[in-house]
Amino acid sequence: MIEFTLWDIVRNLLLAARWTIVLSLIAFIGGASLGLLFTVLRLSGNRLLKVMIGIYVDVFQGTPLLMQLFLAYFGTAALGFNVSAWAAASIALTLFTSAFLCDIWRGCLEAVPRGQWHASRVLGMDYLQTMRHVILPQALRLSVPPTVGFSVQVIKGTALASVIGFVELTKAGTMLNNATFAPFTIFALVALIYFALCYPLSRYSRYLERRLYDAGMR
Amino acid sequence: MTLVCVKDLHKSFGDLEVLKGVDLDVAPGEVVAIIGRSGSGKSTLLRCLNQLEQHDGGDIEIAGQRLDADAMAPSDLSRNVGMVFQSFNLFPHKTVGENVMLAPVVVRGVDKLEAARVAREVLDKVGMLEKFDAYPAQLSGGQQQRVAIARALAMKPKVLLCDEVTSALDPELVGEVLRVLEALAEEGMTLILVTHEMKFAHDVADRVVFMHHGRIHEQGDPKTLFNHPSTPELKQFISAVL
Ligand SMILES: Nc1ncnc2c1ncn2[C@@H]1O[C@H](COP(=O)(O)OP(=O)(O)OP(=O)(O)O)[C@@H](O)[C@H]1O
Ligand SMILES: [Mg+2]
Repeated sequence: MIEFTLWDIVRNLLLAARWTIVLSLIAFIGGASLGLLFTVLRLSGNRLLKVMIGIYVDVFQGTPLLMQLFLAYFGTAALGFNVSAWAAASIALTLFTSAFLCDIWRGCLEAVPRGQWHASRVLGMDYLQTMRHVILPQALRLSVPPTVGFSVQVIKGTALASVIGFVELTKAGTMLNNATFAPFTIFALVALIYFALCYPLSRYSRYLERRLYDAGMR
Repeated sequence: MTLVCVKDLHKSFGDLEVLKGVDLDVAPGEVVAIIGRSGSGKSTLLRCLNQLEQHDGGDIEIAGQRLDADAMAPSDLSRNVGMVFQSFNLFPHKTVGENVMLAPVVVRGVDKLEAARVAREVLDKVGMLEKFDAYPAQLSGGQQQRVAIARALAMKPKVLLCDEVTSALDPELVGEVLRVLEALAEEGMTLILVTHEMKFAHDVADRVVFMHHGRIHEQGDPKTLFNHPSTPELKQFISAVL
């Protein structure tokens, strides 16, 4: 059996953490783009689109991410598509993220007080002018803290991709543990790396929230 | 000559008939104070006048323009009617100056320099010029409400609607807002205000309108109305609020 020094373990974990970061970025950027598209479509006033997006959001929010990953990986395979673990994890996490962000952003748009619509209306602004100059700038500010906060959920969500064989931080930890039988050291290190990724984001999100509060927008 | 002409105005919310035939004519330069119990339809009447609510029956004509939601863009209405709300509703992400300039620039296409000039003029009128670059959150309620009045004035409305504009204010801030309204009245601005400030209605209004159960129950000049109410409902209302 090969001997692993502590440095070997750390090095391997850090290398694997790259894929955690890459997968998180894919999920976040993909999910944000898709979520934005859905948010706009929801606002477009088309009833059917609104209902369909509502169902989409409910389905992804109401089922475990793990099942979504299984369906994206094993489900597509059963249907005869050969999807790599990479692709399956990216797709599932992107859809998952888009559903949550779409819902977060809808909440932010609705959090802008009705009085802002009324004031704009009596000043003569139409729907698009009001959206552009009054509602969106405020909703955008409101959305930053929960969006940054949700990115933490995405990072932690990538850990589940380990179960379909995608080698990211968690999977690398499991593999190293199988080789070294030092679960405490390894999983403590794994947790520490997740923490190092997530904590700054949580802090930043809280800081942004404070700033909003100070700006009198809450 | 009338500026605002309301005929047999009806408005229901579901089964609840809130306005049951309101007739009201307002002359240019007139100051009309609307009083009445909670739920009597005062706000609904104002909201119909600026089409935040669409009336179900009757006619509203303002400056010769018949209000018809289907045929009207918001920008048409804002040419004639301005409104100030109880809750100020300033845009929190914009400075005082930007709050006042936004609608003239966006709706009227006024250029920025001219809009800034008008903004300074109306802000000066309400005594808020020195706060041009402040954000609403940095202002007291009374100051915010004065900015809201300036924002409405910047659109040069022919009539200004005010719905309990001092009700959300601490008592010591009410006076500064009422003084601004009084100055506007003296300048000849047409004002229709819903108010619980009976002294203000008495001193400043040309006419007081008492609403009761969705109708104008009694109206007249303030001295007569407050000192010699002719209906028992108004008598009761006055004794309850004074
Ligand atoms: N959008 C709405 N939907 C349903 N009911 C409404 C709506 N707006 C007002 N109402 C009802 O209409 C009635 C009259 O309301 P309105 O706000 O005009 O009264 P008000 O005279 O302004 O009272 P207050 O002095 O409390 O402001 C109330 O019973 C109110 O509950
Ligand atoms: Mg009211």
